[in-house]
Amino acid sequence: MVGWLRRVWETDPRRDPNAVAYIALALGAVAFPVWVTISTSNAGFWIGVAADAGVYMLLALGLNVVVGFAGLLDLGYAAFFAIGAYTYAMLASGHGSATPLGVTIHMPFWIVLFVALFVAASFGVILGAPTLRLRGDYLAIVTLGFGEIVPRVFRNANEWTSGVNGISALDTPELPIWIKGPWSGDPLALVTGFTILDPLAYYVIMAVLLVLCVVLVRNLYNSRLGRAWMAVREDEVAAAAMGVNTVSVKLLAFAIGAAFSGFAGTYYGAKLSLVSPESFGFSVSITVLIMVVLGGMGNIPGVMVGSLLVYYVIFIVLPGLPEFAVAVVNAIGLGQLAERSGDYPGIGEFASRLKFLVFGLILVLTMLLRPQGLLPSRERAQELTKGTHEDTTIEDVNAEVG
Amino acid sequence: MSDATAGPVLRVESVTKRFGGLVAVDEVSFDVQRGEIFALIGPNGAGKTTLFNGITGIFPPTSGRIVFEGRDITGSKPHEVAEIGIARTFQNIRLFEYMDALDNVRLGQHCRMDAKLWDSLFKTPRERREEAATIERAMELLRFVGIERYARSYARNLPYGGQRRLEIARALATGPRLLLLDEPAAGFTPQEKVELMSLVHKIVEQGITVFLIEHDMRVVMGISRRIVVLDHGEKIAEGTPEQVRGDKRVIEAYLGKQN
Repeated sequence: MVGWLRRVWETDPRRDPNAVAYIALALGAVAFPVWVTISTSNAGFWIGVAADAGVYMLLALGLNVVVGFAGLLDLGYAAFFAIGAYTYAMLASGHGSATPLGVTIHMPFWIVLFVALFVAASFGVILGAPTLRLRGDYLAIVTLGFGEIVPRVFRNANEWTSGVNGISALDTPELPIWIKGPWSGDPLALVTGFTILDPLAYYVIMAVLLVLCVVLVRNLYNSRLGRAWMAVREDEVAAAAMGVNTVSVKLLAFAIGAAFSGFAGTYYGAKLSLVSPESFGFSVSITVLIMVVLGGMGNIPGVMVGSLLVYYVIFIVLPGLPEFAVAVVNAIGLGQLAERSGDYPGIGEFASRLKFLVFGLILVLTMLLRPQGLLPSRERAQELTKGTHEDTTIEDVNAEVG
Repeated sequence: MSDATAGPVLRVESVTKRFGGLVAVDEVSFDVQRGEIFALIGPNGAGKTTLFNGITGIFPPTSGRIVFEGRDITGSKPHEVAEIGIARTFQNIRLFEYMDALDNVRLGQHCRMDAKLWDSLFKTPRERREEAATIERAMELLRFVGIERYARSYARNLPYGGQRRLEIARALATGPRLLLLDEPAAGFTPQEKVELMSLVHKIVEQGITVFLIEHDMRVVMGISRRIVVLDHGEKIAEGTPEQVRGDKRVIEAYLGKQN
């Protein structure tokens, strides 16, 4: 820990914005619950929102492996999210008795997390195996199809998933027995506040999951496999000729990416206590893709920052837009604009209809101003600033020679 | 193993490659002996690179056999061919442009590494040791081809000659016993060509057989022990540089028929 801090200290932060981003994210994660508890009346709500944002962050981290590292455009990522969530629903609820199986299964959350990881990863392989011969646009279309098929299967397999109604009353996660221990009971009462119904508990679980996933993804990125992913992204033929088994490397990207959404799905199901096929549509896949691209494809802290910002815009700024518009017109003395008259629905409703226009504008502007993403990886930043950088760097190199 | 080391390193047996109606390589056969520098020459479009692609599994031949150290590798996948011990460079440089030179060479060591997914995920001591070793080996190879000062530059930012050398270093990193060089001296100045020839000699000294395609006659005649000449996909001559230089069909192929 000390060594790591020193390394961060010694590297010029301007040259390594990633270190800064990691520290900011970690401090933010700790400070956020404290801050909302002090400054707002309904801290629980905000902490819950933050935990939900964490779900998207997990998804973005996973999709980043597929799209950012290996360069495979996956438009059906929500399918794996659905598979993770339904895995939890089937394995940890009373729903089992309503299915042809006839018995209920109540597995602990902590175990299902890993079961779902393997289930989702297997589906990643099942999807990947036949489709990885395809490249670029063709792969995107097939994954798009997969993303549409999976929720549809869950909707139509009435007997097993009770269709559109979804599966509800999923088990609430419990602390494993070894944490509960004697100290959680009455005499000591050290952990009593930490029931898993508490939003803060979910927040903590999410934080732990995220830390775990970031460490693992970072390790992968800096490993033999990470290099192989990059090589495949850059030039598949050359990678193969250098001894990289491109098929298995790409399959691994799919499987590992899917594993993350297995995690995310389980957590999502447990927290909401409800899964329904409507929650895993195309818009989820696209939202996660936007988070990855806008944050900085291929760069882990970039993707995390991107997912927070996009989540903030979609789930907080946009829904608040009508209220904001009304407040603005009232403040500048045009209160009559807030009233509806004839075809005009009033500024609030009007703004709410324009929500996605605003979202689109934000996206277009961000991409115009920062095509490489908010916090891009070194490679991506280079790829998108070709001409200019090339000259300067070559000059440097020559200077070194002379 | 004695069988594998005694015979030719590479045996190309009546290899044919058709693209639709076009016969790019037509019933070509030859042997490459261990430890020699063997050259494949011919006018543009003679099928030289097609033959390389056939050997390395990128476009497997339509018919015929490719035997490496007594083992039939016809139809093997490119990564299998690399694992077996054949590495190559490309005519139009195909580096991983946005990886630095060091990582390009480390990638070349991919198929010689043992770290499993588990090791990579949890950075096991074994994995750390292996990664450290690959960095050391990569630096060694960069020094060997003489571009260690570019270790941390993006491959695309290297000067042209440096990129060609980096491709050779990356190929050597796969630990080959046979190295295929596709026009390694293309676009080089005379001085660079001389340096390249000495590099090729250094590679052969390490016990690696070199099989190269080259256009520059001075380079080919200067370093190769034996030469095969292709024209319109057919083998028209094979022999020592002197034999090939005097061959009527070779002169015709290059200069046209004399009426």
